[in-house]
Amino acid sequence: MGWAIALHGGAGEISRSLPLDKKQPREATLRRCLDLGISLLKSGRTPLDVVELVVRELECCPHFNAGRGSVLTSDGTVEMEACIMDGNSQECGAVSGVSTVVHPISLARLVMEKTPHMYLAFDGAEAFARTQGVEIAEKSYFITPSNQERLKLAKQSKSSDYNTEATPTENEGDSHLGTVGCVAVDANGNLATATSTGGLVNKMVGRIGDTPIIGAGTYANALCAVSATGRGESIIKHTIARDVAALMDYKGFSLEKASNTVITKSPQGDVGLIAVSADGEVTMPFNSTGMFRACATQDGYREVGIWSD
Amino acid sequence: MGKGEWAIAVHGGAGVHPNLPKESQYKAKQLLTRCLQLGVDALRLSQSALDVVELIVRELEIDPIFNSGRGSALTAKGTVEMEASIMDGVGRRCGAVSGLSTVKNPVSLARLVMDKSPHSYLAFEGAEEFAKQQGAETMDNSFFITEENLHMLNLAKQQNSIVFDYRIPSTNNVSMEKMNGLPMKIYAPETVGCVVVDSQGRCAAATSTGGLTNKMSGRIGDSPLIGAGTYACNMCGVSCTGEGEAIIRSTLARDVAAIMEYKGYKLQEAVDFVLNKRLDEGKAGLIAVSNHGEVAIGFNTVGMFRGWVTENGIMEVKIWD
Repeated sequence: MGWAIALHGGAGEISRSLPLDKKQPREATLRRCLDLGISLLKSGRTPLDVVELVVRELECCPHFNAGRGSVLTSDGTVEMEACIMDGNSQECGAVSGVSTVVHPISLARLVMEKTPHMYLAFDGAEAFARTQGVEIAEKSYFITPSNQERLKLAKQSKSSDYNTEATPTENEGDSHLGTVGCVAVDANGNLATATSTGGLVNKMVGRIGDTPIIGAGTYANALCAVSATGRGESIIKHTIARDVAALMDYKGFSLEKASNTVITKSPQGDVGLIAVSADGEVTMPFNSTGMFRACATQDGYREVGIWSD
Repeated sequence: MGKGEWAIAVHGGAGVHPNLPKESQYKAKQLLTRCLQLGVDALRLSQSALDVVELIVRELEIDPIFNSGRGSALTAKGTVEMEASIMDGVGRRCGAVSGLSTVKNPVSLARLVMDKSPHSYLAFEGAEEFAKQQGAETMDNSFFITEENLHMLNLAKQQNSIVFDYRIPSTNNVSMEKMNGLPMKIYAPETVGCVVVDSQGRCAAATSTGGLTNKMSGRIGDSPLIGAGTYACNMCGVSCTGEGEAIIRSTLARDVAAIMEYKGYKLQEAVDFVLNKRLDEGKAGLIAVSNHGEVAIGFNTVGMFRGWVTENGIMEVKIWD
């Protein structure tokens, strides 16, 4: 027993020759966010607060695909999505198609706490954001030059970025940068999870991925909290996050065994996840080339990594 | 029921006004019967389970009796925002749509998302744009909006509340003349869904809805969410209806399959388990078929519009217990 935290900045085709100027800022952000999460847990904040605050930080980082730095749709716009879930109460909130909200994860939490619904999308989500007075920004805040370049390249190859079977070009070594997420458990076994994303490069306008879907990209109950990342369509059909919890619940698997089983069964190259259990265990398996990730536990374990060693 | 037998189950929502007029009951049963017959004919012509769930849900969407397609419940703005999903147990392929306002058959657009787009789920303007690209049949708003639903929205607004039509009037302080503020002559229509297993043992599921009366614009419920309102795999097909939020947090449809897969439960045991253990206070109903041709139905609401037919010739259509 004890607290534990894990966070990710996306799984996918991450080239081992990733240039330093792309590697360092991400590793630095992961470390900074991990330290933030640890200090919040130590100061007694609830896991729900912790995952929200950590994901807010990740949403500010233009090097990850969430909030500022979100990848662009085929129209060159941003359509962000996010989801948050509390393990014990199983209360949850989600948003999709958000284009002006600086912190989609906090809007998801407001949907959970201030509406009779669980999930708001597009114009309705934006209208709700206005009623709640959340921080908004101009499009130029979210859209980075590197994402404009990425969209251009994706359009040239005439595919949306989802197809991991396509031969990656040299330039695409960096294009699967992903979704962000955080899971946390406190010393009393309270669990929470949060995931936020800009989706995938060159996606059709209106596309919803796995991130905001409870059970797919995001899930927490009294046993564990999970945030998944990778190829959205695979994660949806395999209800990845829920399946980790289902294997623990129905087959009595440990967190690690359940997570590894889910990742092993998933299409190769498509999926990564981070998970913590009520007992304070943490695991971060993936079957893609890499996953930007970090974790720490109360007994002093700490890890920040990109590839498997 | 042995291996290799087909089966169909269909629903028109869980939670029915106890005093639903006989005429409305009759119409609902007639529609469900017609849908089952349509499905039987299609299966006998060797159509796949996937084609049959789409065919039946299309029929339900076109009829204004239930809350999907024509006859969809209205948002707080008085518009329709329809949603649907479809899943093929073979390869667990899936498609979903939300926020549709002009598409005559949302379930068929969900199928097109599955078959013709690189994605699994499209919503709002992007989904409408995709519908136009695909040449899906569209209609004026007036086609979808019925007098009854306008009336229900007005009543719901007067009550300043969202009509959760699955809620059971509590025994105290609720006049039998009203349910959720609605005169008893107007019953709350509901989500529709269909599950089919064909004679090759392929399972499929589809669900379609207008959502909640007086819902906030932009609200997404359980129907389009794979694993919540709809799920199919090689073992079973499941469609749920009722309290969306309870169905989402319990990933109800996926849980039926998960319990069969991970605990070895039979279909009916799995349905009973999720209803008893996964919903807490939530109200819901679900229909399911297994790859062996079994049918299982469960609900914890007062009544559920439902029907089923199996290859051995038994056809039943029911509203109450």
